[in-house]
Amino acid sequence: MKVLYFAWVRERIGKAEETVEPPAAVRTVGELIAWLASRGEEYAHAFERPQVIRAAIDQTHVRADTAIAGAREIALFPPMTGG
Amino acid sequence: MSVPVTIRLQQDDFDLATESARLTGADTSIGAVVSFVGRCRGEEDGHDIATLNLEHYPGMAEAEIARHVEDALTRWPLKGVTVIHRYGRIAPGDNIVLVLTASSHRQAAFAAAEFLMDYLKTRAPFWKSDERASGDRNWIDARDTDDDAAARWDSAAN
Repeated sequence: MKVLYFAWVRERIGKAEETVEPPAAVRTVGELIAWLASRGEEYAHAFERPQVIRAAIDQTHVRADTAIAGAREIALFPPMTGG
Repeated sequence: MSVPVTIRLQQDDFDLATESARLTGADTSIGAVVSFVGRCRGEEDGHDIATLNLEHYPGMAEAEIARHVEDALTRWPLKGVTVIHRYGRIAPGDNIVLVLTASSHRQAAFAAAEFLMDYLKTRAPFWKSDERASGDRNWIDARDTDDDAAARWDSAAN
């Protein structure tokens, strides 16, 4: 699946998007964040406070307990500061 | 009879008078147009800002704004809505966002404009960073007061 990163999540990881293949045990957005955090120092830094990370699946906001099965595009980002 | 809705994301500035005229057109049933213009402050938390940079999630930003406009149309008897949000580099004093709501009477237009701005602040995928006179860059933190402002609409009866 394609994962997109925005704002300081993108900066800390050092890339705007990538394709990942998480193991089958990774079923929810929260589990995906925990799995990504284990992939290296830059990921651990980006996701050091997982409770503040917001997510969207296929361009719609979702909660951490949402299943990722069937998702084409998952975006992970900090709280929004538009307007 | 569909209500005219304009949603645009753009790097360029917008003109309030032009957009207002475009929204109302020749519709003489519109008795109220409320406009909100968000501007870039030159100071944030005690620091002088040289430039604001607005990052967005293309595709989702338009979709998310459209969802909230649809929601506003179900809550109030509106005759037109315009939302323009800029992205990229913005200087102090420059415009960031425009919300226009048109209705027969002022109450719906005021309420809908406030509703849309509260949701734009907390749900539309935009992120601001500032560049200071010192050259430092800094991501602007979300404010709890913005979350509170958006949350009050969740419990409000239609």
